Amino acid sequence: MVAPAVAPADADALPGGFPGKRVRLAVDRPMRLDSGVEIGGFQIAYQTYGTLNADRSNAILICHALTGDHFVVETHPVTGKPGWWEMLVGPGRPVDTDRYFVICSNVLGGCLGSTGPKDVDPATGQPYGLSFPVVTIGDMVRAQKLLVEHLGIEKLFCVVGGSMGGMQVLQWAVAYPESVFAAVPIATAARHSAQNIAFHEVGRQAIMADPSWRGGNYLLEGTRPEAGLAVARMAAHITYLSEAALHRKFGRNLQDRKAVTYGFDADFQVESYLRYQGAAFVERFDANSYLYITRAMDYFDLAADAGGSLANAFRPGGTTTPVRFCLASFSSDWLFPTAESRAIVHALNAVAANVSFVEIETDKGHDAFLLDEPEFHQVIHGFLEGCAEHRGLSVRRRAR
Amino acid sequence: MPDIRDDLKLIAEMVEPNSRVLDVGCGDGALLDHLAHAKNVDGRGIELSMDGVRQCVAHGLSVIQGDAETDLKDYPAEAFDYVILGQTLQAMRRPRDVLEMMCRIGRRAIVSVPNFGYWRVRMQLMLTGRMPVTEKLGYQWWETPNIHFCTLRDFVVLTEEMGLTIEQTHIIDRAGRVTSRAHSGFANLLGEQGVFLLRRNR
Repeated sequence: MVAPAVAPADADALPGGFPGKRVRLAVDRPMRLDSGVEIGGFQIAYQTYGTLNADRSNAILICHALTGDHFVVETHPVTGKPGWWEMLVGPGRPVDTDRYFVICSNVLGGCLGSTGPKDVDPATGQPYGLSFPVVTIGDMVRAQKLLVEHLGIEKLFCVVGGSMGGMQVLQWAVAYPESVFAAVPIATAARHSAQNIAFHEVGRQAIMADPSWRGGNYLLEGTRPEAGLAVARMAAHITYLSEAALHRKFGRNLQDRKAVTYGFDADFQVESYLRYQGAAFVERFDANSYLYITRAMDYFDLAADAGGSLANAFRPGGTTTPVRFCLASFSSDWLFPTAESRAIVHALNAVAANVSFVEIETDKGHDAFLLDEPEFHQVIHGFLEGCAEHRGLSVRRRAR
Repeated sequence: MPDIRDDLKLIAEMVEPNSRVLDVGCGDGALLDHLAHAKNVDGRGIELSMDGVRQCVAHGLSVIQGDAETDLKDYPAEAFDYVILGQTLQAMRRPRDVLEMMCRIGRRAIVSVPNFGYWRVRMQLMLTGRMPVTEKLGYQWWETPNIHFCTLRDFVVLTEEMGLTIEQTHIIDRAGRVTSRAHSGFANLLGEQGVFLLRRNR
């Protein structure tokens, strides 16, 4: 395990034996959210890997997806599973922690250490619940910017993320073009599509229809809307896969039985699998956080914020964005299909920005960005190497 | 430095150092890589094949997967100093439109084309009565991606019609020898391919 480079006084280990660090941000001056609400002194939980170099030019920020967190590489403290991007990040991996200082933080509104709806509102002494302000992708990135400044980093070498993490990457490049050298938005879109908003609404309605949700006050009332959150997860999980992947994994195979039971048990393996996914998810995720974070994705629309033209978003002050982009999409991803990435590429071309774009051939659907896809990993590795050369980062790897 | 194709070497020599280059149909990125290292060029590429794109990006080149005939229109005028099209014009559905777009988004265009007026090609058609298959153009008629062949003279006539100025011409013969007398009938007979540096008339 690589040693964390920065160990400020406030970087205590998280309660419950969670690895990682936490910091209170916007203490002196509250942060203004897109909704107009101001929020001050919120906590951000984060993790770092590798060592920040002397001129602080080798920092890579990783942005996690909807139900992700900052445990990128290490065993997850709740589920006991390997880090969610262990394939991509680590010593000798494409995002090489021997060369780069890697940061990942839990998003504002999340439920694994950063301030969110399950935390206690200091004003009332009770959990926020639905009184937590609605946050946007822009707000999450604002909070990350404060964290990066807190770590003394003026310019990130790269921001990388998939799905909702990719939205944050785009937001970083548009909001802080001078603070980002390179950007890698993966399996993402410049705006959330109507179909995706619709799926999110199904999930939210499932949660809110659970009697244990109690209008969002379940923490106060000592209940847990597990059934609703599990259904939300099951519906969402289908969108992360592909028909081909589901068929390959399960087909019409029966679960521990030789014939159908003429009932509503989980006869099929795919049913059993989804039930398991739902049940496992409620162990680690807060239902209200799920409402807030899905909402943040729904509201994301980069072009709308730039006067209706996506190209304009990449032309700050009338000049072409200095950020170098590498986009990747996956051929069987129907949640964030290749056309969404291509629309971003076309907008970047329209301002003659520096952009690479690859569609990876796979049947694994949206989830492919988290899985073993060697061609995808080669692309990320090559792009970062090229950028490191341009940024003047040493190409020699530290001996291990 | 890996060896690059004859026409690519010629193209590379035409490019000024430190310029901005778009290589259309950049393949595995050999030319872009050469230009980046030999001439410190800010290079970009468009490539149709996913394999080519992956190889390029994995080598640190800025390349997008795309189709020249649909994706060139996005770029602003004069976004590049040079837009390069190596041995691909004859595979385009609308080569004239592609040439037009190249000369819009680039201050100059560099195009290399195989010569269908090359004497061996002419002889094959005349003597065997069958569509020519040569070393450089090794496809049968029913499988060839090359759907719009021209002779060097045809190409020159098109540039005149389009109001383009040919600033440089290099004709490569079978032995890889280069001459620059493009407009002679001999060049059109002996040249296996031509490389042209173009710009729009001011």
